[in-house]
Amino acid sequence: MFTHDRAARAAMLLLSLTCGAALAQAPTPAPGLSPGLGKPISLEDLAPWDISIMPDGTGLPPGGGTPAQGAAIFTEKCALCHGDKGQGGIAGALVGGPPRASLDGGKTIANFWPYATVLFDFTRRAMPFNAPGSLSNTEVYALSAFILAGNKLIGENETMDAASLPKVKMPNRDNFIVRFPERI
Amino acid sequence: MTSHRTQPTVQEPEIVAGNGLLHRRALLRRGLTLAGAMGAGGAGSLTGAAAEPLADPPWTHEIGGIIPPYQVASRFEKNVVRSTDNPRNEPRNSRARTPHHLLKGIITPNGLHFTICHGGVPDIDPAQHKLVIHGLVKRPLVFTLDALERYPMVSRIGFVECGGNSAPLFSNEPLQESVQAIHGLASCSEWTGVPLAALLEEAGVDLKAKWMIAEGADSPRLSRSVPLSKGLDDAMVALYQNGERIQPGQGYPMRLWLPGFEGNMNVKYLRRIKIANEPQLSYYEARTYSQILPNGQAYRFYFLQEVKSFISSPSHGQALKEPGVHEITGVAYSGTGRIAKVMVSADGGQSWGLAALQDPVLPKAFTRFRMPWRWNGGPAVLQSRAWDEGGNVQPLREAFVAQRGQTSKPPSVLAFPSQHFNSITSWAVGANGEVKHVYA
Ligand code: HEC
Repeated sequence: MFTHDRAARAAMLLLSLTCGAALAQAPTPAPGLSPGLGKPISLEDLAPWDISIMPDGTGLPPGGGTPAQGAAIFTEKCALCHGDKGQGGIAGALVGGPPRASLDGGKTIANFWPYATVLFDFTRRAMPFNAPGSLSNTEVYALSAFILAGNKLIGENETMDAASLPKVKMPNRDNFIVRFPERI
Repeated sequence: MTSHRTQPTVQEPEIVAGNGLLHRRALLRRGLTLAGAMGAGGAGSLTGAAAEPLADPPWTHEIGGIIPPYQVASRFEKNVVRSTDNPRNEPRNSRARTPHHLLKGIITPNGLHFTICHGGVPDIDPAQHKLVIHGLVKRPLVFTLDALERYPMVSRIGFVECGGNSAPLFSNEPLQESVQAIHGLASCSEWTGVPLAALLEEAGVDLKAKWMIAEGADSPRLSRSVPLSKGLDDAMVALYQNGERIQPGQGYPMRLWLPGFEGNMNVKYLRRIKIANEPQLSYYEARTYSQILPNGQAYRFYFLQEVKSFISSPSHGQALKEPGVHEITGVAYSGTGRIAKVMVSADGGQSWGLAALQDPVLPKAFTRFRMPWRWNGGPAVLQSRAWDEGGNVQPLREAFVAQRGQTSKPPSVLAFPSQHFNSITSWAVGANGEVKHVYA
């Protein structure tokens, strides 16, 4: 099955590179036509952009933080939009909310998010909204701990780091259905 | 070709469905047939008072204006604009919706293409923008825009549709909103760029990998996981939109274009593609673009924009001035291929007639449909329903809601109760000619 799959993919690549996928309105140029202008880059040099964090924790950086440490940072950098305790303000709530989400709304970190790693990844890349990418890894760990503790998903004294964050059990994790598994 | 045994003249177009829907043949022939249809309607002003004597308007007797280097629409077309929902750039998402009711082709003019930004529109200097491909590849590579310009390119017409387009129709009651407010998060362009497969090949992509994680250079560094099979199929690093460099709202200077796939996955300001064995489960796929179902579970990875159509005119907020022949028109599209047929109803779905499909009918692109209709001045409910070449059909509202749910009270028109709504839209025409949004 595995080798079959692999062969099929190789064939597909070849097809799309040589004949042009039938669906395209113009043929895809043959590989020989490629000017080959991609510049090689070392893993070290691309590391600053390699920020993806996977659900199993792959990509999480060194460092760590506690809810108490996060509380202070939250007041300074997040409360303006998300409320002093994360209850929501001009931007959505990060703590609390309804027990279940429905089509009437109410998706929350506690009732919907499948992995705690998403909290680290999104906060680090996108928050604070007005200064994205400005937080240190330690700050992001502490803020993640503060938000998870506020939602009673971890204890008040737990440290969040590369080892503990992926282990946080998010209640809704197994409640998703992949819509088009045959297309993966 | 069929022969017309019983009809020596074509003065009277055939009625194909209830409440005055005429055979599409009336449109496909040259003018005379439709003229006949208009006359036959009897009630229109076309047969009424004579026109006034002709006189020259002032612009016929003066020199016109300066030809501008970059032309914009006539000043009389000031209302043909997108509706924007965050005009002061407050700290939240911002959107601009396409005014479908004022457009008549399949190509969305660049300035009217819908836009969603999750942290404002970035102002990117193309000379400093880079695209890196890494992860499960033999050679991680960086491409500049100048480099990509040297690659053989392809052009293809296709739509981009936000997964949340049409979301107001998840409301349990019709929200009485325009086609722009309801369906304005879908647009269609000719995209030109470099096939992604060529760049993945150059990097030596590991064909055993299953995913590619695409990321933008915008402020949230928006990131989505895409099946690698799509990247090797018809994905494009798009640089041009309708012949000119893509708009800032569409991802200037480059975007990932995944024909037929959920809009948010078509990552704008594309700066990184990481080949991986697993998906990232980024914020936008783990949370925002996961769709809650009535039983409390949620769909994840709803890649496809499924077959859909809507009538763009007449539509909510417009008014028919007088009885007689009108053209019902709109767009149909499917994320899996070409549109095969569109049926139109003028009696709320009791009877249906086949609409004319305007050439070209392209895969994963808007297809314009037209249906001639003789409005008798009475109440009517207009609907369209599309089929694609794969046999997929646009679901009726009842069946769709049973599967996907609806709200328990009407939400804000700007809310997204769920996503991937592809059921039918109904517009009711009142005896006064006013068109209103209804469920039927
Ligand atoms: C200037 C206003 C503002 C500030 C300050 C701000 N945020 Fe946000 N935050 C937002 C907005 C707006 C969104 C919604 C983003 C979207 O939907 O793309 C958001 C979304 C989030 C989310 C996702 C919530 C959900 O349930 O979807 C998290 C987590 C978050 N912010 C954390 C933080 C943290 C931690 C800080 C402080 C470091 C912070 N934010 C500071 C405006 C802000």
